[in-house]
Amino acid sequence: MMEFALFLGCTIPARLNQYESSSRAVLKKLGVGWVDIREFNCCGYPLRNIDFKVFILSSARNLALAEKKHLNVMTLCKCCYGSLKKADYLMKENDSLKKEVNATLEKEGLTYEGRIEVKHLLSVLHQEIGLESIKEKMSTTFKGLRIATHYGCHALRPSQVVGFDNPVAPSLFDQLVEVTGAESIEWPMKLECCGAPLWGINDKLSMDLTLKKLTDGKKSGADYICAACPYCHIQFDQVQKMILSQRDVNHPLPSILYTQLLGLSMGIDKKALGLDMNEIPISGIEELLKKETELAEEKELAAQKETKKETASTKG
Amino acid sequence: MFLKVSLYISLVIFLLALIYKVASWFRYRIGIGAEKISTSTRVFSAVKGILSTIFSAKILTLLKVFVLDVLLQFRILRENFLRWVMHIFIYGGFMLLLLMHALDKTITVALWKDYIPTLNPFMFLRDLFGAMVIVGVIIAIFRRFILKVPRLFSNAMDVYAILIVAIIMLSGIFLEATKMVAYSDYKRMADEYSGLSDPEELKSLEAYWVKEFGTISPNLKEPFDEKILAKGKELHESSCAGCHARPQWAFTGYGAAKIISPFGLGIDRAHLPRYLWYLHVLACMIGLAYLPFSKMFHIFASSISLLANGVIGKEKLAPANRATLQAMELDACTHCGTCSLRCSVMMAFEEIANTNILPSEKIASVKALASGKELSPRELRHIQEGVTLCTNCYRCTVVCPAGINLQDLWFHVRETLLQKGYPELLVLSPLSFYRGLMKEETVWKDYEKPLIQAREAIAAQCDLMKRKDKVLPLTPTNKTLQGGLNLSSQAKTFSACFGCQTCTTVCPVVGNYKNPQEALGLLPHQIMHAAGLGLRDLAFGSNMLWDCLTCYQCQEQCPQGVHVTDVLYELKNLAVKQVREKTLLSMGRK
Repeated sequence: MMEFALFLGCTIPARLNQYESSSRAVLKKLGVGWVDIREFNCCGYPLRNIDFKVFILSSARNLALAEKKHLNVMTLCKCCYGSLKKADYLMKENDSLKKEVNATLEKEGLTYEGRIEVKHLLSVLHQEIGLESIKEKMSTTFKGLRIATHYGCHALRPSQVVGFDNPVAPSLFDQLVEVTGAESIEWPMKLECCGAPLWGINDKLSMDLTLKKLTDGKKSGADYICAACPYCHIQFDQVQKMILSQRDVNHPLPSILYTQLLGLSMGIDKKALGLDMNEIPISGIEELLKKETELAEEKELAAQKETKKETASTKG
Repeated sequence: MFLKVSLYISLVIFLLALIYKVASWFRYRIGIGAEKISTSTRVFSAVKGILSTIFSAKILTLLKVFVLDVLLQFRILRENFLRWVMHIFIYGGFMLLLLMHALDKTITVALWKDYIPTLNPFMFLRDLFGAMVIVGVIIAIFRRFILKVPRLFSNAMDVYAILIVAIIMLSGIFLEATKMVAYSDYKRMADEYSGLSDPEELKSLEAYWVKEFGTISPNLKEPFDEKILAKGKELHESSCAGCHARPQWAFTGYGAAKIISPFGLGIDRAHLPRYLWYLHVLACMIGLAYLPFSKMFHIFASSISLLANGVIGKEKLAPANRATLQAMELDACTHCGTCSLRCSVMMAFEEIANTNILPSEKIASVKALASGKELSPRELRHIQEGVTLCTNCYRCTVVCPAGINLQDLWFHVRETLLQKGYPELLVLSPLSFYRGLMKEETVWKDYEKPLIQAREAIAAQCDLMKRKDKVLPLTPTNKTLQGGLNLSSQAKTFSACFGCQTCTTVCPVVGNYKNPQEALGLLPHQIMHAAGLGLRDLAFGSNMLWDCLTCYQCQEQCPQGVHVTDVLYELKNLAVKQVREKTLLSMGRK
């Protein structure tokens, strides 16, 4: 069985329990194993703004802990992903830095040699499990659901370091969304920042950017925006709610976590997916799941899937 | 007499101190809005809260928490098995000794009518409980002073706690041991209880005790005749055994007696058992009198903290009760270090010399702050940095064996300090994300103030930003800036910039403004250029630097391979460091 060191980071356990529970449920269904390493600390993302050394020490300590257990790291957060990737890159590239970091880590019996890989949940789903295997686990699919995928900056860029997908024309996430039967729409601001990095620093600017992006998604015809990162999701959910109350906006674009979307089409219990925990309600999405009677028409469904596969491959 | 007098004195001190400490829970001002709430409101509110909890279904939760977390200490078990063994041995052994041994005349006698301390099971149990405490203390010493655990600190209070328990236990064990070897103690017992007067019989009994129980006699020495021993055994069984089990059952005392037996006669002549008794009693009384001032006070405060936080859960607390709870929680901390060992930003402590980064150390500073003690600007700044350098991951709260809501404590202390404190540059990092999320839930004095203060502090150190008409020389004015951009070997690339402005064109922040230069100061390509010219003031002083999303659009698109975002990151690092150093320098040494 595939097994990863599951890296939750700080935000998910503290502020986004539904992402943790829905991810665990989905991974379980897909037969992906994970190990929770309690000693993990901050990935270093917020610390990088303050002190480079603190960032690299924090990040490398996590990598060292996973390497000690001979496990690849799987993150659920794009910012954790970007940070750990960056640290991994620098530790491999800069020998004197590596020596210096390891000298500190050795005080607690740790060292990082660069023998493991850092992956985001989405890359695990796409590359290690594969769209076909995910399809096999589907119990139902969405019909007439239009999703705006949000990739997240720290997964895509700097591409030289992160290697997540094509930084200019990524398709990995769209394919994963379309597996659920939903349509992944094309929209101009797809690859833009969610605004979260400035939340709490310059709220006005942060809200401007978030609102611009959400308005663009809405205008492009999306029913929901979909993210696979706690910062992005909280920005699109909790912060959007604040934007709605503060600015004269009355067209919310609710955010759904990818694991919630996938979990629904896998028939995972609503409670485990934490559908009710989102600030801007998303329960309406359940109505777009195909009814069981529809599922009975299996032939038609299979045919539909065939055509979808074709369009997906021509897109990819 | 000595026992009674010392007991009453220490009890009085203990009770007065207890009242003083509990009163401080209602007096200490801590957290947002606490200054405005009077002590009487807090007392009233606490009583109301406690009563409404007790007379509700929550009483069941309280009971559950009491059994699982207070008595059985599952929260420590969840953290580490060895530490659980350590604590349960010290606390369990000590409590049982207190009940069965120290309070035997009130509790044990009431429960077992035929209680005699020299009979089993009491004699054995007393030593067993003592041994438990000793084992616990040895684990504690091993963990704190022999295992070199990174970021685990031991302070004077930890040493005192271990010392006072160790002295009480060792004096007790050696008191027992010296009594076992002391001839005068044997003589006293023989005279009082045996009822023998025949010198031959007394001699046989004495020989038996010397041979079997380690009594050191000035008159008799081994080997003894079999017949005498047989007689002695018979006399022992008829006169002594009814009230005195074989001393071997008191295994710790007996073991110690074997060690000191070569000096048995001297020990007796020097009246060592009596002195040890004084030491034992005195140590117990000091322990009792000083308890409210020592970390041993956690016996009460941690229990209350576990119970209170057990029923509060995620509920919102009335501000009056939160202020009281947080003051009480400061006493509940045992300085066990769990929070620091699990802290998400613990590695910051490896680079930044400020113990307040570690939660376990922060508590002591916050306590001083809450008590109203006059703190130096430097101390205040260090506390402020410590509480701000936090990702708000709640881990400290989740793992705290005393159930303290540390996260909430940091949040409240942080906000009060930021509101009246020194400019804090750390608020210009994503660490502020949580603060932004909380702004609608909390009553803010002035949400924007710390953010404005931080930017002003940077501006104050960037003279050049204010003198826009100044003519600059073309040679680099600040070579140290360029040298400093070498933290990751990525930022050096700024020198490849040829000013094509791609970075600025793709920047979503720049794109958000009609007149970006007015809002942001230098734009990304200009900052690259400023770095090239060593114009520190212009780079640090531009809002662009602090309003960077780190979305990496600029870096990704740069045709020259300049790591624009990485350069901005490192410029921020340098600015934070320089402003920090300057602020500390202006504060003097204390």
